[in-house]
Amino acid sequence: MKPPDSAPPVLEMRSVEAAYGPFRALFGVSLHVGEGEAVGILGANGAGKTAVARVASGLVPPNAGAVHIGGVDMSGENAYKFARAGVAHAPEGRSVLATFTVRENLELSFRRALGRRGVKSGLDRAFDFFPRLGERRNQIAGTLSGGEQRMLSLARVLVEEPRLLIADELSLGLAPIIIDEVYRILESIRGAGTSLLIIEQHVTYAQNLCDRIVLMDHGQLDWVGPAQQAGDALAARLFSPNSPRQ
Amino acid sequence: MILASVGEDFFRAILQGTPSGTVFALVALGFVLTYKTSGVFNLAFGAQAYISAALYFHAVNQWGWSTVPALLLSVFAVAPAIGLVLERTMFRRLRTASAVAKLVVAIGLNVALPAIFELAVRYEPVAGRTPTGIVPNGASVFYDPFGIYPFSRDELAQMAVALCGALLLAALFRFTSIGLSMRAVVESPRMTEMAGIRADWVSAFAWALSSAFAGMAGVLIAPRFNTLIAPDFFYLVVVAIAAAAIGRLVSLPRALAGGLLLGWGTAVFNTFAPDWAESFTFLEPLTDNITPAIPFIVLFGILVLWPAIRRLREANDPMAGVDPPPPAPPDYKRHPYLTMGIRAFTLSFLIILGWVVFTQADVRWLFLVTQAVVLSIVYLSITVITGFAGQISLCQGAFAAIGGFTVFQMADRWDVPVLLAAVAGAFVAAAVGGLLSIPVLRLGGVWLALATLAFAYFFDAVVVKFPWVGGGETSLFQGTRIPRPHLGPLDFNDDKAFLVLALIVLVVVSSLVIQLREGTIGRTLRVLRGSEVAAESIGISPAKARVAAFAVSAFIAGLGGAMLSMHQENVNYPNNFAPATALFWLVLVVSLSARTVEGAIQAGAAFSLFPPIILNGTILAWILRAEERVPGIFPVSPKWRFVLFGLAAVQYARHPEGMLEFSKRRSISRLDARLFEKYPHAGHAKLRRARRGEPAARPEAVAEESES
Repeated sequence: MKPPDSAPPVLEMRSVEAAYGPFRALFGVSLHVGEGEAVGILGANGAGKTAVARVASGLVPPNAGAVHIGGVDMSGENAYKFARAGVAHAPEGRSVLATFTVRENLELSFRRALGRRGVKSGLDRAFDFFPRLGERRNQIAGTLSGGEQRMLSLARVLVEEPRLLIADELSLGLAPIIIDEVYRILESIRGAGTSLLIIEQHVTYAQNLCDRIVLMDHGQLDWVGPAQQAGDALAARLFSPNSPRQ
Repeated sequence: MILASVGEDFFRAILQGTPSGTVFALVALGFVLTYKTSGVFNLAFGAQAYISAALYFHAVNQWGWSTVPALLLSVFAVAPAIGLVLERTMFRRLRTASAVAKLVVAIGLNVALPAIFELAVRYEPVAGRTPTGIVPNGASVFYDPFGIYPFSRDELAQMAVALCGALLLAALFRFTSIGLSMRAVVESPRMTEMAGIRADWVSAFAWALSSAFAGMAGVLIAPRFNTLIAPDFFYLVVVAIAAAAIGRLVSLPRALAGGLLLGWGTAVFNTFAPDWAESFTFLEPLTDNITPAIPFIVLFGILVLWPAIRRLREANDPMAGVDPPPPAPPDYKRHPYLTMGIRAFTLSFLIILGWVVFTQADVRWLFLVTQAVVLSIVYLSITVITGFAGQISLCQGAFAAIGGFTVFQMADRWDVPVLLAAVAGAFVAAAVGGLLSIPVLRLGGVWLALATLAFAYFFDAVVVKFPWVGGGETSLFQGTRIPRPHLGPLDFNDDKAFLVLALIVLVVVSSLVIQLREGTIGRTLRVLRGSEVAAESIGISPAKARVAAFAVSAFIAGLGGAMLSMHQENVNYPNNFAPATALFWLVLVVSLSARTVEGAIQAGAAFSLFPPIILNGTILAWILRAEERVPGIFPVSPKWRFVLFGLAAVQYARHPEGMLEFSKRRSISRLDARLFEKYPHAGHAKLRRARRGEPAARPEAVAEESES
């Protein structure tokens, strides 16, 4: 699929190579997410999904290739510039500031994204999405349960309605009921114009939400195509005798 | 009536304790501020305060500046500039380093910074020249609001600044974005950046702010001291840590309260404590000296008895996985011929050195070489506790002093042969070390370092004062004299004979240390150094190995201390074993190599031979045939060694195996690759890849997503 000619894609990665010190993680990955588009990344452990997310949000600078946000070359820029350009990244796992309270965790990010006046309404929305967090707004985040920390991490990016939302292992550690709720919110903010880059283990969830699916393997893109065909592509890879992963 | 008088005594004690409490509070506030905004246990805080105080004093006194420009220069220009430089050149790169690594960096800075300052502005502390404060006539105009106890203007200024500082800083953290951001950067710079905040600027601001506060505190506090010297400020920081610990090290208002409580508590204790010394004269040194030691007892007590503070472990950065792993030290594998060559070279070097020392050296050089050998023995104790066990102990000086004092007491009182007494001293030190390690077993990292520092200062303030330790008043006048040993026909009064004895002891202790490293205890310690939790999960009990490590380390330190005292024929505690001195030992060993026996020997040589050979230019002058050929260089100040080794210790975070060890291994493996390229062996492949800039592992082996 080509990006629409009129507007530059929100995220465009061109032949990106990336490494953690001596360990190379990505080999020439080219990927784009258009305005209002939802792209899902699937793949086995160690395939490079998280590395793609980290490069897209500026946490890991590419060694080669380029990262464009909204048509602007941001390769090698600091993560805070990505955030200011409208990229919000909910990393995998319990990515919260453990010594901060729930409220402080959200405020830190809302103060810049929503402005000083927007903090209050932002908090209200976050606690609306996840009432559990509202009950624990003054609790130290490190003492929350794993699922609650996950909610906190997501609440931050969901409320901000960024230009590009990157969610790593979106549903991992969440109860099914909450996952449904998260996907409902994603659907609605996508309607409001946010582009999505989702890393997901639940194939069906990803298929239902996303326009396109990317399959990754060994630090490279293995298959890119419409979400509906992803199931077949995945099955072919799992069961084909010629599969590189057997 | 009695009640009223008790009430008045109490009130007077409170007033009396307020000035010192305020000083503790000021430093505690600054310490907490730095800890909160940078995550660093900034033991160099005192050094920063000292620099501003001395610069202010120097500007007013030597350069004839008036108060305001001197204050602007020392507190609002130089102090934040130092903070910015430290942040930019060191601590920014250490944001995700462990707390222990940052602590060692701060200790290195604590050694280096005052020396750098003194060299830069040619400042020399002059005994008895009391610094002046910023308040006009601050020390001589008094106010007495209650008619019981007068406060000087200086003291009132300190109180005002401490109170306003606490309120302003608390408001900064409570109500402003920058306060929130500063805390966030400490915990996870990357999470902060993902919130769109420029982490570098925030941490630079934090360092400038806390350094300016350190400078302010320094200038305000300086008039309390008779002479402006850096160790006094370091002492004050340790006291202030006790106050900060009362506030769990994160609360500014509680740090203020902690400082005041400490001041008040000490004064109240002094007023009301029963005078046991009247009925038990042997307690006299205790009651006489307990006051300055109260903060150390409080600090030790809090660390050991208050579990909450131990649980205040550093919060892990959730984004730590983004950083590449630290570089591994180069491989030790090398061609057998090269190993043989290096050994032959070392051996011939030692033989020539021995020959030169035993035939050519005069009294002074013999003294220095012997001192190097004896100090190497002491430093092997640091190899055991810090190198093998990975624990930062700051009371090795106290253990060594125990050895020295035991020899002194046994020889002085009962005429015990000194060699026997030295062994006894080592065992006493081992017993003290083992006992001390039991309450601190559960402490790790930074907390252990603080607890041992508290012990060292307690030893310094109280234990040394007992006649059955330091010799009491008689030793004040006569010194703590120790005879040189005799062994049958052998008389070690001869300096060369004593050097031989020291060498024998060094060889014995070295082989003991190597045995320990390769034995069960050594391997257990290595596992514990990696991960205590992992070690426990495979059934290793940390307790036994820890106690053993402490006891062995204290034994070696005690033996070394005894040897040092015998060598100098005097214990000479303040010069040899005081807490600040022992701090420099750690810096030396860590910056050279904490994990090898050679490292300890090199550190011993560096302590005693580096200044005369390198700094005073003996070698240079010998090469040039005359000092006059390079005017303005000689004599080089011995302070340079504090600068050089202090700054080298800063590398601890990147190279915990030691700077010298790292570069030694690197150059040996390069040499190996160059000489024996045609005869490849296992050590080569990795090196060649590294030289070509290729990754160490193939992509197939990469596991970049950590599953939790």
